Amino acid sequence: MVESYIPLFVMILVGIIFGASNIVLTEILGPKRSTRTKLSTYESGMEPVKSARERFSVKFYLVAMIFILFDIEIVFMYPWAVQFKELGMYGFVAMILFMVLLFSGYIYVVKKGALKWD
Amino acid sequence: MNLDVILFALFAIGAVASAVFTITRRNPVAAAMSLIGHFFMLAGLYLTLHAQFVAVVQVLVYAGAIMVLVVFVIMLLNLGNEQQLTERISMRTTIGTLVAALFAMQVVTGLLARPTGVNTQHADAAMIGATAGIGNALFTTYIFPFEAVSILLLAALIGAVILAKRHLHEGI
Repeated sequence: MVESYIPLFVMILVGIIFGASNIVLTEILGPKRSTRTKLSTYESGMEPVKSARERFSVKFYLVAMIFILFDIEIVFMYPWAVQFKELGMYGFVAMILFMVLLFSGYIYVVKKGALKWD
Repeated sequence: MNLDVILFALFAIGAVASAVFTITRRNPVAAAMSLIGHFFMLAGLYLTLHAQFVAVVQVLVYAGAIMVLVVFVIMLLNLGNEQQLTERISMRTTIGTLVAALFAMQVVTGLLARPTGVNTQHADAAMIGATAGIGNALFTTYIFPFEAVSILLLAALIGAVILAKRHLHEGI
């Protein structure tokens, strides 16, 4: 049973080794001629003005929250999609009911202007 | 000791270690990173229990989406000075200790009641992955809770919009 996961573990291992080796190799092989400008915080060419640790607007949180709710909706669609043929019309109607309720939520979000970035 | 048991032990140790890391770090970002590690260890545990769908959802929803919320909370509150958060013995710690003790008691009694640890899962589910089984159960036995979830999600959506939009109009 566990043997069927060996390809997955190999893939994760290769991913970790690839990422780690890139960081380590550039640290060892790359030339390091540091200047004041090179060591300063990268701000797309702008001079860094103040600490990056400041409070962010709640707008970001709202978008993340809406994303999560629709993310969970999609999660419920996976088992439905796998058993789509077996469940037939009954499963289809059940899913449509589920979707209609959440789509009304989406309409509410759009009408309320919650996704507008004012 | 077969491979199953070894993997389970590895993931269990990793899960406990990362959980301890999460609550002992002073730096909230370090704590959040340990929490991500913990979620991945839990996903591994679900895999060893042949719950593939739950494992994938664990990574997708918890390590992906929920962690975004946690990071945003750190950004919103701007927890720069962690020293402020150290608290003395209070109502909260007392209640927390009580709940933890109750939970530990339940775990111990659960372990004593079933010391064999026999895997009672159906053979078919272990063979092809649990997604199809979950789909069948969700749309037959648990159809009402499934539809109720959509109402719960709708309520959460409206609640989030109302709470956040109120602040937007105040011009923060």
